[in-house]
Amino acid sequence: MTNLIARAKELLTSNSVQVVIGYEAGPTGLARPAFITTAEKAEKLIYDERCIQNLAVYLTKKEVRKLGKAAIVATLPVMRSIMMLISEQQVIAENIVVLGISSEGSLLDIADIRVMQGFIEKSDLGNPSEYKELLAELNKLSPEEKFAYWQKELSKCIKCYACRQACPMCYCTRCTVEVNQPQWIPVQANTHGSMDWHILRAMHLAGRCISCGECGRACPVGIPCHLLTMHLADQVYSYFKVHAGTSDKMSSVMSTYEPNDKESFII
Amino acid sequence: MSDFEPKVVAFVCNWCTYAGADLTGTSRIKYASNVKIIRFPCTGRIDFMLLLKAFANGADGIIVSGCHPNDCHYTSGNFHAKRRWIMFKELMDFMGIDMNRVTFSWVSAAEGARWAEVVNTTVTRIRELGPYVSYKELVNKSVEEEVNND
Repeated sequence: MTNLIARAKELLTSNSVQVVIGYEAGPTGLARPAFITTAEKAEKLIYDERCIQNLAVYLTKKEVRKLGKAAIVATLPVMRSIMMLISEQQVIAENIVVLGISSEGSLLDIADIRVMQGFIEKSDLGNPSEYKELLAELNKLSPEEKFAYWQKELSKCIKCYACRQACPMCYCTRCTVEVNQPQWIPVQANTHGSMDWHILRAMHLAGRCISCGECGRACPVGIPCHLLTMHLADQVYSYFKVHAGTSDKMSSVMSTYEPNDKESFII
Repeated sequence: MSDFEPKVVAFVCNWCTYAGADLTGTSRIKYASNVKIIRFPCTGRIDFMLLLKAFANGADGIIVSGCHPNDCHYTSGNFHAKRRWIMFKELMDFMGIDMNRVTFSWVSAAEGARWAEVVNTTVTRIRELGPYVSYKELVNKSVEEEVNND
């Protein structure tokens, strides 16, 4: 990835940015996030098929903000996350340099937010194909089978909240799950408490999930919790014709409305 | 289950359905006594977690009701609520939680008779469906899980 390294060096030497958020090879051969602050260290940057983590999650972390203006290696889901964060006023567009990566893995020239928006709009914004099949299969089950499936999956949950920590959209400094007056979510990591937690998480991400699948990848016990938010992303599109993270000006689906929103169950 | 009396919780808005339910009473219209009415400032205030709390605490059915669209005391609370219920229902259907047990309705302050009808049809439906065993089992099983873990 010589282009990427060259661009990162250029940005750091000219002091256009103070940190480049990208990937480096970890000791076990896996890719891990890297926070490059000097041009010499930019040599460590890599980009290949191992680099799947959504790096946008770091943009809102105060430790990373402290480093200064950031450049970030961004594939499509990361770009959509950035767009979402800008629309929710969590990051300032001018403070971010996007080192866009195309689906083929080559460096894109993303000069500003409009170029990024153009790239996002041209891309396929539905759920990634590897999840579509499983979603369709689950949708075919009977209600009893669905309930049993989710009970089985969620009984594994240890309430570590890795799904929340890995999610770029879960940036609240005080999460509902930590609120204890009232105690919305049972504290215990039992099936019922876990189910409440995952319902709450999915609902709070309705219309905001950009379908990166990071929550599912982060889960240490392999709960496919990304399917819940992805299912709602599908539904948001079918009801409201909105894909999350496509514009910096969009208002959140759940905090706005159209008088003629269609439903069939309210009597 | 002939002796089964459904427990139904009604989350209603202060301005329309609660006043409507008042009118049902002052009009001396009889309706099922299985319903426990909880008054909210607006349908927009009714958090989806409250519905799950109701089921966890033993409700067999739920009614959520507020002002008709365009009649909201706060202009748009019920529109926001509508979007939220659309998403909530889709998520519940995806997870297999029984949404036949939840009635969403718009009942205005002038519709006392309609409130009685909404409650009666819901209670009849829940009576046919029986107690919400699978959710109660989930909660009880979870308590046992805790005991075993300790």
